[in-house]
Amino acid sequence: MDLVSLAVKSIFIENLALSFFLGMCTFLAVSKKIQTAIGLGFAVFVVLAITVPVNNLIYQNFLQEGALAWAGMPEVDLSFLGLISYIGVIAALVQILEMFLDRFVPALYNALGIFLPLITVNCAILGASLFMVERDYNFTESLVYGASSGVGWALAIVALAGIREKLKYSDVPDGLQGLGITFITVGLMALGFLAFSGIQL
Amino acid sequence: MASDARKALFEPLFSNNPIALQILGVCSALAVTSQLSVALIMCLALTSVTAFSNLSISLIRNHVPSSIRIIVQMTIIASLVIVVDQILKAYAFDVSKKLAVFVGLIITNCIVMGRAEAYAMKNGPWNSFLDGIGNGLGYSIILIIVGAVRELFGSGSLLGYQILSPVSEGGWYTPNGLMLLAPSAFIIIGLTIWAIRSFYPEQVEKPDYEMQNAHNAPAHGAPGGH
Amino acid sequence: MILNINKQCGFFHLPNDNIVKTIGVAALLCLVCSVIVSGAATLLKPTQVANALLDKKNNILAVSGIDLTGKSVADAFSQIETKVIDMATGEFTDAVDPVTFDQRKASKDSDYRVELSGDQDVAQIGGRSKYASVYLVKEGDAVSKIILPIKGYGLWSTLYGFIALEGDANTVSGITFYEHKETPGLGGEIENKKWQASWDGKKIVDASGQPVIQLIKGTVSPETPRAEYKIDGLAGATLTSNGVTNLVQFWMGEDGFGPYLEKVRAKQSQASAMADKNTLEQG
Repeated sequence: MDLVSLAVKSIFIENLALSFFLGMCTFLAVSKKIQTAIGLGFAVFVVLAITVPVNNLIYQNFLQEGALAWAGMPEVDLSFLGLISYIGVIAALVQILEMFLDRFVPALYNALGIFLPLITVNCAILGASLFMVERDYNFTESLVYGASSGVGWALAIVALAGIREKLKYSDVPDGLQGLGITFITVGLMALGFLAFSGIQL
Repeated sequence: MASDARKALFEPLFSNNPIALQILGVCSALAVTSQLSVALIMCLALTSVTAFSNLSISLIRNHVPSSIRIIVQMTIIASLVIVVDQILKAYAFDVSKKLAVFVGLIITNCIVMGRAEAYAMKNGPWNSFLDGIGNGLGYSIILIIVGAVRELFGSGSLLGYQILSPVSEGGWYTPNGLMLLAPSAFIIIGLTIWAIRSFYPEQVEKPDYEMQNAHNAPAHGAPGGH
Repeated sequence: MILNINKQCGFFHLPNDNIVKTIGVAALLCLVCSVIVSGAATLLKPTQVANALLDKKNNILAVSGIDLTGKSVADAFSQIETKVIDMATGEFTDAVDPVTFDQRKASKDSDYRVELSGDQDVAQIGGRSKYASVYLVKEGDAVSKIILPIKGYGLWSTLYGFIALEGDANTVSGITFYEHKETPGLGGEIENKKWQASWDGKKIVDASGQPVIQLIKGTVSPETPRAEYKIDGLAGATLTSNGVTNLVQFWMGEDGFGPYLEKVRAKQSQASAMADKNTLEQG
């Protein structure tokens, strides 16, 4: 039950894109077409669902204060190495995923291939890992959190792409053309998502 | 040489602003802007990381094998961010509590990575350093504008000093709570971009479709793509 | 030496895509970065720890009502006695050292953690440490104030704070929240000093012995029934207000500091009964 509540919370209420502004660069740049938005959204979902639990294991078994007790060093606190470890794990996993897909699932590789390198520097991925540490999720929770915040991000980018496709037909003032109007659209979407806040299961 | 340096430093401020023109680094730009003081510390942190990462990457640029280029840049940036994070925790404890994860997210801030790859790998250390500062400042300008607007209208204060006395303290101003919520930041940036582009019309993006008179253009190319 | 330099020069003159150079550059970079990072972390660690401790003491002093003018934090804090209690019995315990005991860490440590079931867990914290720190402000021998750590879930995040009670263990004399991520201006108003001051003099438990203190919608006026148990809600932040009500009721209730506070109250009434008896006898 807690896990369902966590999932709903991370998809709608604490949406990574719309309430924490994470992954904005790609969110704004790759949302012109629904097709590409779906591809990128799916790639983010896959990478988040893998990296958050993996980083959770790393944090719990190596970095956390006292985590090295199994190695006979209960005094060591390596949490300051968190940032560099998480980004390293993310970069490595994205690379491995890319090679794996290329070798075994070429169809998926062709669909996701161009997005995977973009994802390493997507703040949503690192952000989710950092939130996982800050909120002290255990392994199961981090699994659910990773997957559902990926779903939330994908939902947001696909919705935005839908709006932007329709927006092509509207007469926007010159200065707002493109980026400006997109920011305002995202603002209004975020306003809409605020309606979910406070929902508790 | 001097003009190069000046260009590196000042161009990113308005005419080539990383946020407004290149959509780089907006991620963290927004979540930390509900208070001006927090936004300022964030600007300082990002500007110093960009400047020093540009400097050090430029110093070693001739010895970096291209196959491990990205990971080298990432390692340098991540190390600098950790150092900045530790310094903030030691000397600006209150602010570092408010910035929380967003200091860490400087690592994935596209400005830092983008400038390292696009400028520092090709230019000398001094110019790269200035370019880092310039881009950091370009980012800071947007952050400060957004932060000032949000704090002023959201809580009636600037840097914690009351400017508009709010109703709850017996004044006249009813704080606009929306300003403190996420959506307002997007809208303020959108309007800022509008303002910048009104001054620099060459930055205006071409619309994907031109509105045409229906009689002159009967067969309109691509439909929505469904 | 000369050989060494030669070797180095040779190394840097290798073409960039040479495998030896690739590995060499990577290793060198790792070495330099790790020295810088761990150097910064180790050097700054003492300052950070001191900061965190100072911050905690400041927060405790802020609710203690101790006059801080002209005193250093350490000086002022010497008036406060730190104790650890066993939450289940409400007795002081020597199982852990009160000075070094870290309740927040203990609440995550399986040796100390007590899981809370769904209906116990009104503050939505999942579990709590079986020991808790209490801070006693003493005037002479008598305890003039009891300061208790509290925490619970608001709208976005866990709120951490302290509540100070008068010596009767029932009247609030101060509250503060020092860590939260509520919306600034709405739920974030739990930091507002004016609102925090409105807690002063409120009562926690009524005659039934249950904690009934709560935040209401709108403002409390003297005409409000049972106004002494009610506090102004935060405008525009119903869910944060509910969170505050829940967490205060939890920590003051039987699964929180209830047993301890119960004991203090019992002792008080015993003492006052004794005093009454004495006056009667004398009279």
